[in-house]
Amino acid sequence: MELFLQQLINGIVQGSIYALIALGYTMVYGVLRLINFAHGDVFMLGAFIGFYTANLLGISQPSVGALILVMTVSMAGSAAVGLVIERFAYRPVRKFSRLTSLITAIGVSLLLEYAAQFVFGATPKSFPTIFETQNISLFGNVTISNDSILIIIVSIFLMVMLNLIVFKTKLGKAMRAVSFNLDVAKLMGINTDFIIAFTFALGSALAAAAGILYSVHFTKIDPLMGLLIGLKAFVAAVLGGIGNITGAVLGGLLLGIAEIMVSGYISSSYKDVFAFLILILVLIVKPAGLLGSAAQEKV
Amino acid sequence: MNTLLRILAWLGASIVAVTIVESILKSLKNYQIMGSDIITDYGLNIICLMGISISLAVSLQLINGYTGQFSLGHAGFMAVGGYVAAFITKSTLTGANPPDQSLLGTLPVYIFALCAGALAAAIAGLIVGIPSLRLKGDYLAIVTLGFGEIIRLVIENIEAVGGPRGYIGIPKFPKWTWLSAGGFEGTFSSLSWIFLFIIITIIVVHNIVESSFGRSLVAIRDNEIAAEAMGIDTSFYKVLAFTISAALAGFAGGLYAHLYGQLVPNTFNFVRSVEIIIMIVFGGMGSITGAVLGAIILTGLPEWLRIMAGLRSDSLPSWINKSLGYLPDLRMIIYSSLLILIMLVRPQGILGNYEFSLSKLLGKSSKNLPKTTEEKKA
Repeated sequence: MELFLQQLINGIVQGSIYALIALGYTMVYGVLRLINFAHGDVFMLGAFIGFYTANLLGISQPSVGALILVMTVSMAGSAAVGLVIERFAYRPVRKFSRLTSLITAIGVSLLLEYAAQFVFGATPKSFPTIFETQNISLFGNVTISNDSILIIIVSIFLMVMLNLIVFKTKLGKAMRAVSFNLDVAKLMGINTDFIIAFTFALGSALAAAAGILYSVHFTKIDPLMGLLIGLKAFVAAVLGGIGNITGAVLGGLLLGIAEIMVSGYISSSYKDVFAFLILILVLIVKPAGLLGSAAQEKV
Repeated sequence: MNTLLRILAWLGASIVAVTIVESILKSLKNYQIMGSDIITDYGLNIICLMGISISLAVSLQLINGYTGQFSLGHAGFMAVGGYVAAFITKSTLTGANPPDQSLLGTLPVYIFALCAGALAAAIAGLIVGIPSLRLKGDYLAIVTLGFGEIIRLVIENIEAVGGPRGYIGIPKFPKWTWLSAGGFEGTFSSLSWIFLFIIITIIVVHNIVESSFGRSLVAIRDNEIAAEAMGIDTSFYKVLAFTISAALAGFAGGLYAHLYGQLVPNTFNFVRSVEIIIMIVFGGMGSITGAVLGAIILTGLPEWLRIMAGLRSDSLPSWINKSLGYLPDLRMIIYSSLLILIMLVRPQGILGNYEFSLSKLLGKSSKNLPKTTEEKKA
């Protein structure tokens, strides 16, 4: 029982990071019907921006202020990267077929990965300590580290903020309109280019936040770290129902918990196989995901 | 009977062509230009690698270019073929009672192993194809990517083939008798196999595309619903195209295994599949010529870059020299920028769906065709 609870806590921590990244996938898919392959690499860039910010500022004392500062800089920087990618790679190919956009996205992803390897070096770097970690024992042998608590709190905070933006503001209303029907949204006088760019910026900022939280928790960062995590966050988004914000959070948490359970009770070498199996099963059995609604194809 | 004769004639012609090319290479082997060998083992290795890329690209063209289904799992099929073929040759040739070590004794083992690899890949293609082809577009891409990764991860967990460290000690190809003299071994013996297989792949894919089966595939690509309305069994044709393509990739994987004598699971990851896609996207979606061109240019890219880096000299400004020196490290960056650039400028690829054809080049072969009514009037 203790083992199970410990695994559950670890799973929720892992799942929160997946959920933050999955939100970006799901929002972009919602407005553009594009799988933004480069999203996992924006997550990686977020971690690296944080790494260099912390080193440049010479943060020696771990503190909450330092964490907030580093996270803000990294989120802003990644949002800018997201805007650049959208403007110069995705917008020009939007008029072509969806496959063209997909291939472009794969190209952007590879470009970010290998450019990062070239600029930052391929060897893993250890992330500076900007947050003092210590273990807190809950009951029995079940422990939770305070950075895990931080990950959960920050994730919840960002998700609530996102929900407020999407459901309570005019901008959010426009985003929902664009995702519902781009052409009609245009006819209603919505500046769709701006809304799409805004969606990219928002998603990239969330990915950067996930990148910082991940780096604080796991302490090692490298240029290819976004590849597998990005794919799994995508699996989470599909699992919850792509295009659905609540679904992304649910999918992220479910995937994180399931993965930790598989590595805890079966074998850790099969946890990646398991994630991809979930993806395939969901797509074949219920392509709309857990919370998504199936769209009727019009001829 | 007619078909059988044609196949035999093509096979004979291919063997003759391979022999001629190899004889030319063999005779060049004895010459030198400016003190360095014209034909080196290193150069032959690159040519072999290009050959394998050509067959992979042409086979992927069948799914991505002609049927319009976006598959991201080609490296997985290559891995299945490679591992199965390597396992068979290694366990037979270095096992308890190895066959006679002469060419006649080992040749059937290699041919059987490569065919078994292709068959295994075809079965994998069938298993992947049946459920996935209910999906379209980017969902299909993501599912094939998932299957490709699962294949790789499962291989990593099989200890009998070395697990994540890789499978080593795979026997290399035997010498061909007519080349065995004069120090031709190692890489050179792989060349004949690879040449022969390129020709087979191109003939298979070309003939499929020109047949009614191929026309159905193109119809599915252009408008699946219309194709279905015309009475084309779309799922059957899609799965069949997928299976044939996977089989060819599996065969190429077997060649790759015996060319290097070792296999590492990590080389068959999703980046490898993307590399093959870049080749056909670069050359032109829906063009065999384009796939061949893309495979040659992009597989040779590291070599072109090395040649460029060799242009450094004192007469050039230092910043040019410095940037030229970086070039060999930039292979993947150039790959990905090229991919983005082509999508921005020419999404159909350099050649589009242009096809090189000898008869077109030698003037229209319309002489033997009956004249159309328009021509008769004129």
